[in-house]
Amino acid sequence: MGIFRKKKNQIEEEAVREPQAEPAYLTDEAYEDDFQYDAISERRRAEQLRTVRRTFAAVFFAFIFLMPTILTFTNSFMTASEISANYGSIFAQNNSGGKVYVSETVNLKFIPDMVTFTQYFTVLFKSPEYLMKFWNSVIYVVPIVVFQLLIASLASFGFARYRGKVKQLIFFIYIVLMLMPYQVTLVPNFLVAKELGIVGTRWAIWLPGIFSPFAVYMLTKYMRRIPYSLYEAAAIDGAGEWQIFSQICMPICRGGLVSIAILIFIDYWNMVEQPLILLDNEEMYPLSVFLSRINAGEISLAFAVAVIYMVLPMLFFLYGEEYLVEGILYQGGIKE
Amino acid sequence: MRAEAGRKLDRYLKENAAQAREERIEKSGTRRRSGSARLRRWKDRAVSWLYLAPSLIGVGLFFVLPFAVVVYYSTINNPVQQVNVGAANFIRTWNNNAFRLAARNTLLFSAAAVPLAVILSLWIAVIMESNIPFKSTFRTFFLSPMMVPIASVILVWQVLFDNNGLVNVILTRLGAARIDWLKTYYAPVVIILLFLWKNLGYNMILFMSGLSSVPKDQIEVARLEGATETQIFWQIKLRYLSSTIMFVIIMSLINSFKVFREVYLLAGDYPFDSLYTMQHFMNNTFQSLDYQKLSAAAIIMAAFMMVVIGILLFAEDRFGRDLEN
Repeated sequence: MGIFRKKKNQIEEEAVREPQAEPAYLTDEAYEDDFQYDAISERRRAEQLRTVRRTFAAVFFAFIFLMPTILTFTNSFMTASEISANYGSIFAQNNSGGKVYVSETVNLKFIPDMVTFTQYFTVLFKSPEYLMKFWNSVIYVVPIVVFQLLIASLASFGFARYRGKVKQLIFFIYIVLMLMPYQVTLVPNFLVAKELGIVGTRWAIWLPGIFSPFAVYMLTKYMRRIPYSLYEAAAIDGAGEWQIFSQICMPICRGGLVSIAILIFIDYWNMVEQPLILLDNEEMYPLSVFLSRINAGEISLAFAVAVIYMVLPMLFFLYGEEYLVEGILYQGGIKE
Repeated sequence: MRAEAGRKLDRYLKENAAQAREERIEKSGTRRRSGSARLRRWKDRAVSWLYLAPSLIGVGLFFVLPFAVVVYYSTINNPVQQVNVGAANFIRTWNNNAFRLAARNTLLFSAAAVPLAVILSLWIAVIMESNIPFKSTFRTFFLSPMMVPIASVILVWQVLFDNNGLVNVILTRLGAARIDWLKTYYAPVVIILLFLWKNLGYNMILFMSGLSSVPKDQIEVARLEGATETQIFWQIKLRYLSSTIMFVIIMSLINSFKVFREVYLLAGDYPFDSLYTMQHFMNNTFQSLDYQKLSAAAIIMAAFMMVVIGILLFAEDRFGRDLEN
């Protein structure tokens, strides 16, 4: 939020300053018979042209970035026959039995012929397996976000309050672990889960998620920006460590916690690798994995399920875009 | 004269060093104090380890300790007999065709996707930096794919790139031959598009922040001196962006290793050869319960990542920014 606000202020400041600061010899009239006049007006024209060009480029990119989301959204309001009329040639091929009308060509349509909520109705009330998978997703993600943040808050305070060589080393190990791809961390996770006998249970997803070093890294970076003198002052006033943590450190970190929560949420809401290896029962798969297994007979429902699946992250996004941006910048290490 | 200057410099350096030490002591909290204050200080430090404890236990139990087991597994013949076989597992894995295919695909994908991600997101950030209208709306649009679950939009990708899909319909109308995108060597192109769609917004935010920290007065001066916009971009802005570019490259590289998600959702368990990623190899090895091969593969990959991270830390250090602080 900071940088964008600052930028805006700067622009405003400049706008205010400009008319006063511009002496008479710099105005357009003064250039009237100046030999530089042509060069300057040309420059201005070039700038305008560039802005127009860039606006077009931005619109072009915006179209590409938005198209898949909007298409999914509008298609979820189509009737089953309209879906199969449009996309039948694609999804019908792996259909076994079932009467599906197949058109020769595919037809990408943004606006449905007839808006209907049938698909949503079917998903929400008639086919419980989608809702079950949706709840699976919620049941995996919510405890991971909550407890990872809780444990990370404590640990980050431990890292940020006092520093030492040992802690520096441990923190470095956390960074390395955070940067490791799943292909590396899943093997250790699986071995422990097997040893503890929790393979195939929810704990196999929960526990590695809860102890993931990601939030610790992010929060520690956040907390290290709190001036040390603040803790010192509180300690002199007689506050214990717990009071310093809960009444000084945590309230300051509130914004950071929201940013990190959003980043953790996106990551686990999208999870695919972990369930495939740590769970053996497909009933327990989250919707992220299950969505790709919808077969051709139910393809008309797929768009509605897809929309239901993206509603939650989109709501978080609309509420917390600034927090998300802040979180990205912290992760990027650009904000000091 | 010279001696005096030398002494002055000497004194200045000493003072600075003393101040730096003072600050360090302040930060680490090891200032020597007398009696009860010292005891309390010691107690507080012990307490700060208690705060770390839950995370340390969890990370130790789920990541560090089992990794030691992984290292051990990579050197034995099987978990029952546990005979040390040295590097045999590594050689076996290294020579495995599936492993090689996966490694080659993953590296090729990264080599193509990362530069594209950096260049395109920098371009978008430059567009966003100029005075186009509705800037914040565009930012929201560009960032939105980051929040949309991949699984939700996979249908659209199928509609576009299926053999009977929209792209092929357009191709045939233009008179070109149709391409079975997901079942030929063109498949990585589709995945790269999906990867870019998902990740450009994230990189754009990093670049926008980097661009906004370029000193305005330098650009003004360059402009007054008659520099073109192109010159300003290459000579000034890009220099200030060097550390951001470094970071975006590393983050894109790490994200490109996660592309299994997209591949799996689009092409399933057994994709076309050119889409066979490292995670597919791991999944198959998990199914065959060959822990030795699995461990060796994990360690090879970890070693590769260590090299990458080493380069990151070195480069960050050189450009004056540190991941740790």
